[in-house]
Amino acid sequence: MLLASFGNFLVWVVWIAAAFACLGSGVAVVSFTNPFYSALALIGNLGSLAVLYLLLAAEFVAAAQVLVYAGAVMVMFLFVIAYLGGQADAPWAGGPSWQTIGAVGAAAALLVEVVVAIGLKAGGRLSDEADVRRSFGGPAQIGRLFLTDHLLAFEITSVVLLAAAVGGVVLGAHARRGEWGSAAPERRRTT
Amino acid sequence: MPGPTVTWYLAVSVVLFATGVLGVLLRRSPLIVLLSLEIMLNGANLALIAFSRYQGRGDGQIFALSVMAVAASEVVVGLGLIVALARRKVALDVDKLTTLRG
Repeated sequence: MLLASFGNFLVWVVWIAAAFACLGSGVAVVSFTNPFYSALALIGNLGSLAVLYLLLAAEFVAAAQVLVYAGAVMVMFLFVIAYLGGQADAPWAGGPSWQTIGAVGAAAALLVEVVVAIGLKAGGRLSDEADVRRSFGGPAQIGRLFLTDHLLAFEITSVVLLAAAVGGVVLGAHARRGEWGSAAPERRRTT
Repeated sequence: MPGPTVTWYLAVSVVLFATGVLGVLLRRSPLIVLLSLEIMLNGANLALIAFSRYQGRGDGQIFALSVMAVAASEVVVGLGLIVALARRKVALDVDKLTTLRG
């Protein structure tokens, strides 16, 4: 009994650390002037989210989060920011403009709306969660679900990724030719 | 003392989503707008995984993985657009990108 209570205390400690790191780095992404620092803060955000996923017994998703997001996607972001030279863009400079006030007001309104909707729909009924087996959220269960119940989603995901790859190549090829229409003369093709 | 319930995770996810909305509306650099979009998607992912744990079913995690794949695709196309804009010497400021305005 005492051991279980201590375990829950430990879970709370980890949860509070991860949640505050997550929210703090989210605010940092929005308010940093330099895009490079924003991207680094987003890596911290993704890492602390992976800790929260682990606490929710989603081991495979946490691993995918670290590999796909913090690994591949963020490296691509950092490459592009380094390539473009990261122009400074101060979000809070120059006093509160009507755009700033409007943005903060819209975000706060959305926050209140979601909280009220969840509170009305499920207030106080979300306390007892289901018991899960140890294999819950592991690669075996995810793979079985993907290849049986959610096979269509799996296949559609592959088509989406293919479309994104083709789109990236097309955009890069047009950017290399330096024009999108037919205004500039076509360069000699090197084959 | 029980551990943190689903409600706590939902609170984090809602605040994360609102932070992302604020970034999308507030920032002018398209790079940071993309980063804020990632925050919004991750807020939604956290809610999906919290409900998946609450229900004791894995479907929410499948949804979260699909969202991750869509987010990766969106980053590829978005960054491709931004690099193409930068190569055409267009100012990287979403307030000035008004070429499509009719």
